Amino acid sequence: MRAVYLDHYAASPLPEEVQESMLPFLAGSFGNPSSLHRWGDDAKTAVEESREKVAALIGANPEEIIFTSNGTEANNLAIKGMIAGSRRKGKHIVISGIEHFSVMNPAKSLEKQGYDLVTVPADEYGVVDLDELAAALDDETALLSIMTANGEIGTIQPIREIAAIAMEKGVPFHTDAIAAAGHIPIDIAALGVQAMSIASDGMYGPKGAGALWIKKGIRLIPLLDGGVQEGGRRGGTENVAAIVGMGTAAQLARERMGERSEYLRGLRDALIVGLPDRLEHINLTGHLKQRLPWNASFVVEFIEGEGMLLFLDAQGVAVSSGSACTSRALKGSHVLAACGIPPERAQGSILFSFGPENNMEDVEYVLDVFPPIVERLRQMSPLYAKFMKERG
Amino acid sequence: MAIYSDTVMEHFTNPRNVGEIENADGVGEVGNPVCGDMMTFYIKVDDGRLSDVKFKTFGCGAAIAVSSMVSEMAKGKTIEEALKISRNDVAEELGGLPTQKMHCSNLGADALHKAIEDYLSKKGQS
Repeated sequence: MRAVYLDHYAASPLPEEVQESMLPFLAGSFGNPSSLHRWGDDAKTAVEESREKVAALIGANPEEIIFTSNGTEANNLAIKGMIAGSRRKGKHIVISGIEHFSVMNPAKSLEKQGYDLVTVPADEYGVVDLDELAAALDDETALLSIMTANGEIGTIQPIREIAAIAMEKGVPFHTDAIAAAGHIPIDIAALGVQAMSIASDGMYGPKGAGALWIKKGIRLIPLLDGGVQEGGRRGGTENVAAIVGMGTAAQLARERMGERSEYLRGLRDALIVGLPDRLEHINLTGHLKQRLPWNASFVVEFIEGEGMLLFLDAQGVAVSSGSACTSRALKGSHVLAACGIPPERAQGSILFSFGPENNMEDVEYVLDVFPPIVERLRQMSPLYAKFMKERG
Repeated sequence: MAIYSDTVMEHFTNPRNVGEIENADGVGEVGNPVCGDMMTFYIKVDDGRLSDVKFKTFGCGAAIAVSSMVSEMAKGKTIEEALKISRNDVAEELGGLPTQKMHCSNLGADALHKAIEDYLSKKGQS
């Protein structure tokens, strides 16, 4: 049976270059970057080279990059660390309704500690409402955090415009670029943001490394107090191999972004056009044009995501869903809810996330096997029966 | 997928008794699409026995497997026997269900009982 992996939003295979760059640091070059001998020095040099590569991907100064253990830690460090370090008088935190859990939940945790959390809505395409955003920012706002792009629905936010609004109001602005970095061009100077989170595994690097870029002069209180690693802003022995892998991934992303994203867009669009051609009552989620190259997300009416996932898995196709049944917390996706998609429709969520090893035959295979799966589940669905009866 | 037992996967992949019964003697509907699962059971009763049982289900793999298993367990049983089929019996017959699915998806027995109640109340009226 054909194996078609379309869940790159969850995890991706590592390019050979990434694997090979990591190997020395799992064996011979095992040193601790904090050590003064040559083993330590090898590791330290590798971490610093990686820092330069990661910085170059977003146009940052390497000194402003703090390595973390993953994207979630980078987001937590940004939200909690910038709030703790804030000299502004206000206690408002402003985020959008489509943020990832790793931004939304630290903000909620600060809310429990007495901060006011303001959530700005998004439109049906997942684009944050700029008027509401402008209205939400004032002297009381301590931090604004809006993601660069949403991985679940693919929508890319107008970050430059948002940064301009934040700057006008004097509000520090953090952006979670985990789903975007390595896939669309990002230049922090042109964007005008003060902090940005990225993750290694979001750009075909290994799990276990992430980074927060924070502009020089912005105060940040560490989450992890310990040694003087990362300039005292993140204690703990570095995951050298993962950091090196992240550096290689960042370098590859820089070199291949144009070619990769054009290729992925081709696959994505073939699915975005092909599925509604073969199936009724299937709707794209997110924005049609302002969209991550690798994301094709839909809601399929009258059926639920887990059934689709299981049947696709039986056909060798791996995907994910934002339905309540497929989440371990048994809650439907807050992102789809924020786009105004009613809960029963959000149950039919399905996300195809492409990677460089996919090809057009994969798309054709999905176009072949998926519609009969949907038809089969619809034949079992009382909602579909009701709909067909009403339609007559 | 490893979250489900082989029996669950078998019933999910080849569900028994999917469909509706025209002029059913009893219909029972439980759940709500908002929370994820919704089941409708249809029964036909002859001489106090469930001569036919069919269902339609909107929901996860577990919900579909539970419906299929309940329909199979109930078919041919007397009303009294069918009313005794419990959620736990269904889960046991399926070789167990993941803990988080025990409450939201294991609604088949409830839907069956509702269909029987519907039949009994209609019968009482006639």
